[in-house]
Amino acid sequence: MIGLQLYLVVSAALFALGVLGLLTRRNAVQVLMSIELMLNAANVNLVAFSRYAAGSLGGQVFAVFVIVVAAAEVAVGLAIVLTLYRLRRTPNLDDADILKG
Amino acid sequence: MSGEAVVFWIFATLTVASAAVVVLSRTLIYSAFSLLVTFFGVAGLYVLLGADFLAATQLLIYVGGILVLLLFGVMLTHKIYDLDLRSETTQLLSGLIVAAGLFVVLTAVALKAEWPSVERAPAPTTSGIGRLFLSDFLLPFEAASVLLLVALMGAAMIVRRRRDA
Repeated sequence: MIGLQLYLVVSAALFALGVLGLLTRRNAVQVLMSIELMLNAANVNLVAFSRYAAGSLGGQVFAVFVIVVAAAEVAVGLAIVLTLYRLRRTPNLDDADILKG
Repeated sequence: MSGEAVVFWIFATLTVASAAVVVLSRTLIYSAFSLLVTFFGVAGLYVLLGADFLAATQLLIYVGGILVLLLFGVMLTHKIYDLDLRSETTQLLSGLIVAAGLFVVLTAVALKAEWPSVERAPAPTTSGIGRLFLSDFLLPFEAASVLLLVALMGAAMIVRRRRDA
């Protein structure tokens, strides 16, 4: 019998991998991918709780909102990355220091 | 082991392993394609959790939309004929420590806490979610639609090539 806890562990692994990517990768697109991993981990948690703990569909509705926010985030994020690339000819986040005084 | 357990372990391994490839691969295009496998794995987990609508949404929006956008990002920020689609890594050790610590803490909480347990037979969820959207969650629903509109317009504005520049 698969219980709530196993889903939580899988989601924790996904989230930790996302954090690892966020901290160690310097390519802007790959950082966006890591953020997607973390959002997916949160979604797995929401759906698992909705199934095993809450007994209602509220968690799944929240997961839909998370997907909406993820779509908006990736659209704006990629727009910024592309503009930055046009400006600096590099997707490396460490070179994005235009705002530094 | 029951059939459900077998399927769960297949999807869980698939998801976590491909997520590891996403994060650790040095080649961007491998990352992008293994993100596809991760999204499929998560969709499989949704099916196992009885969330049929969300599994379909996951496939449509993540695989069909977000992943394609990310692939465009990979292609547009590198010359396609440039085989050296490599990505730099920094702070690998400290990043590993933080991520591993986070995983240990989250897992410990997940295993130690006394979670309430409601057993519910899986049922179709689409009509229930639709009803919730138009009743209890009406305001967030409208806010989310405005957010999407604003985000898409903002994205179009940001990437527009200015004539005077």
